Amino acid sequence: MHFTINGRGVDADFDLRTSLLDLLRDHLGLTGSKKGCNQGACGACTVLVDGERINACLALAVQYDGRSITTVEGLADATGLSPLQAAFVEHDGFQCGYCTPGQLCSAMGMIDEVRRGVPSVVAADMADGDIVLDHDELRERMSGNLCRCGAYNGIVNAIADTFAAETHSKEPA
Amino acid sequence: MSVIAEAAKKAQGAVQAVMKTAIANAPDGWIPGGVPDPLIRAKHGLVGTPVSRIDGPLKVKGAARFAAEFPLDGMVYAALAHATIPLGRIATLDTSAAEAVPGVVLVMTYKNAPKMAPPPLFMSNPKAVSGDNLPIFQDADIHWNGQPYAVALAETQEAADHATTLIEVTYDELPARTRFAEAKTNTYPGTFQGEPLLVEIGDAEAALAAAPHKVDVTYTTPRHNHNPIELHAATVRWNGDDLIVHDATQAVTHTAWSLAQIFGLKEEQVHVTSPYVGGGFGSKTLWQHQTLAAAASKVSGRPVRIVLSREGVFRGVGGRTLTEQRVAIGAQADGAFDAIVHTGTIGMTSHNNLPEPFIVATKTAYAAKTFHLDVEVAEMDMVANTFMRAPGEAVGTFALECAVDELAHDMGIDPIALRERNEPEQDPTAGTPFSSRNIVAAYRAGAERFGWDKRQAPGTRREGEWLIGMGCATGTYPYYRMPGGAARLTLTRDARVTVAIAAHEMGMGTSTAHSAVVADRFGLPLDAVTFDYADSKLPGVVLAGGSQQTASIGAAVIAAHRALVTELLKLAGNDSPLAGLKADEVAGYDGGLCKLDEPGRYESYASILGRANRDEVTVEAEAPPPLETQHWSMHSYSAIFVEAAVNAITGETRIRRVLGSFDCGTILNPKTASSQFRGGMIMGLGMALMEEAQFDERSGRIVNPSLAEYHVPVHMDVPAIDIIWTDIPDPHAPMGAHGVGEIGITGVAAAIANAVFNATGKRVRDLPITLDKLL
Repeated sequence: MHFTINGRGVDADFDLRTSLLDLLRDHLGLTGSKKGCNQGACGACTVLVDGERINACLALAVQYDGRSITTVEGLADATGLSPLQAAFVEHDGFQCGYCTPGQLCSAMGMIDEVRRGVPSVVAADMADGDIVLDHDELRERMSGNLCRCGAYNGIVNAIADTFAAETHSKEPA
Repeated sequence: MSVIAEAAKKAQGAVQAVMKTAIANAPDGWIPGGVPDPLIRAKHGLVGTPVSRIDGPLKVKGAARFAAEFPLDGMVYAALAHATIPLGRIATLDTSAAEAVPGVVLVMTYKNAPKMAPPPLFMSNPKAVSGDNLPIFQDADIHWNGQPYAVALAETQEAADHATTLIEVTYDELPARTRFAEAKTNTYPGTFQGEPLLVEIGDAEAALAAAPHKVDVTYTTPRHNHNPIELHAATVRWNGDDLIVHDATQAVTHTAWSLAQIFGLKEEQVHVTSPYVGGGFGSKTLWQHQTLAAAASKVSGRPVRIVLSREGVFRGVGGRTLTEQRVAIGAQADGAFDAIVHTGTIGMTSHNNLPEPFIVATKTAYAAKTFHLDVEVAEMDMVANTFMRAPGEAVGTFALECAVDELAHDMGIDPIALRERNEPEQDPTAGTPFSSRNIVAAYRAGAERFGWDKRQAPGTRREGEWLIGMGCATGTYPYYRMPGGAARLTLTRDARVTVAIAAHEMGMGTSTAHSAVVADRFGLPLDAVTFDYADSKLPGVVLAGGSQQTASIGAAVIAAHRALVTELLKLAGNDSPLAGLKADEVAGYDGGLCKLDEPGRYESYASILGRANRDEVTVEAEAPPPLETQHWSMHSYSAIFVEAAVNAITGETRIRRVLGSFDCGTILNPKTASSQFRGGMIMGLGMALMEEAQFDERSGRIVNPSLAEYHVPVHMDVPAIDIIWTDIPDPHAPMGAHGVGEIGITGVAAAIANAVFNATGKRVRDLPITLDKLL
């Protein structure tokens, strides 16, 4: 099977029961994506597939043959940090750092959803495509990513700081 | 217990009592911390300034390597099978189908496991760190519902997981103690840190009966699980007779020693590393999985990686046990306490020893004429309960601080005023002086910032469907420093220093905060410091627990630094501007040493080492025994303020505002300390509103062993949390600082329960405060 992972083509041969997360961690050595529950409850395994966030632990790797996958290792070039990664450091958006890759990938996918006008339960009017990414919107949309160290304030501040433009502008559906 | 053993124990108790009195009465100067750490006086260093985590870039890139992320050649994956009865024996066991699964290398049970000694129980020895002391895979006995009874090793995790589902097992079941109501009909007194969990001063029941104002109520708290997001894991291999373990642990040295006892090895034959730990909160100690991985690796001859499933963590790693606590307070009309009664029962197994010490906070909280504090143990057949963030204080302050609020309400006194009225001048049960206690100042600053004066009568503030209330509570946690701290310091001619100590980083910001401390001590920039830690080969026995790691590292580094400076002054000799000075007369400054009160007498490290023709100086030193905790009453404090909204129709509780006002000595790194405070408070929020490991009393089995069903706070549950602190150094603690890992959780559940009462007029005395209890 063939995948594009962080922009590079990867061929892999594996047990068909292998989850996308185990493929990344155990077979390809990409241990940035984390396993916290293996049942889609904690979000530590969040990766982007063609830009959309998914729980890699709930995905069978074979389903993603031919797709483009971005993990935390692909969020920045080898030398530096992406603006969001730098903001996580600045705002102390983590303690142990174990949920962090999932929070980062989830935030990237979340911002893309906002740009596309995907509504959330917090939106006052689900039919209205305008979304203001205020504190409640942001927290609601990130609630699939648990942080047991409780770095939630720092995570939210880091995302808000990085995507300040999205925070107050309205996007068409 | 034999007569002789009992007499010996009594004699030992008498010696301990004499020692305790001697230490309490000794001159301050004889006690560690009697002369304040000179660093407390320094005002212009890195200590106290917000520094981003040194390991931050590594963590946001996903490049920090955790226990399950060490690849080893020929490594196989492990999976566990767990028993489904609470007590009994395995009657029949058939592993043939599991062994036939393609890729399976070994199925290990009690029938083919190597001989191993029982694991040393936590606190049975200074380096013992096992959650229980049951033999592992040595017999057919089952002691709890969820006990591992088989390990499958396979070339892939999928094959190992599948194999465990094919093991055929039957049991001979025995009657088990799984109902708390039955277990508590037969209790015994708990002991903690070698002392009974019992305080009797005066006749508290009589004083309570005679008091004109009183509360007398019972609070209950359920089982909790730590649930760090990183699953418990270890990657192990044998190198001949030496065992190498990449663990996720709060105790590298303890783990190495304990595994050596189990496998009959010398301590130095076991090497444990744990550079990054994905959260611990008390759970990342020695449970069966590390031993099973090592045993299976020995039998199979292959390196092994074991990662518990989330269910496996609930089954095999203990959590906080349940408590039932009576709190009764008797008061005079002016609010002065005549009596404090805090007694109750906790559930515990016969193979561990942590009787959740819920009275510890009450021992120092308030002045009162009489006290009766007592923790009774009810034995149950379940997974061994263990230390979880602020063991004792987290649940104890819930009961005590709700009761204070209840009394204040009944008497028509502001709850903060009632607390101030009973502020003790010295430790109310030990009689020792406080080293530093500024809880009143913390309350005043917090109340003003929070707008406490806008609090209304219970049930009177409403916004649409939402009932709004404010509550407050005191949090507290002791300053501990455990024996065994030691550190090695290496200073090189290019003015770089390396600290080596077997300490831990599970998110506290250890390396960042202590690199800053060491930089300040040496008068060097932060990037001149390298902090080596998390390796059992390094000096020191340093548990990352009891919020004591900061003090342990601090005291060890002070000792090593003093030895290093002494060595440098010797090397400097008579040709130096420092000639004739002693270690206590100089300080690190601008890349060298200077006389404390005469900075002009200075010589750089490069110059001293250059003249002595030395490339480096290395010293290792041990911290002095932690006598300060017996000479002074040393604690951290907090005043927690909460604004809660309770939906009048659905009973849903939302926390709108939270403020924590802390008194924890010097704050070493405001950035990472704030995160620790917030993290603790969020775990307190979870404890108040949602967390409960649900225990089926018929089967002794936890029925919600997952993060889908054991709810922890998510982003949407957590408002912006305001943090302030007194920043008053504790003159008797290294750096003037206290560890702040546990203080955050204390007091929070009470503040939330009190806010819910203020919103609704309803007292919920049984955690968690779920909506069914408010309808």
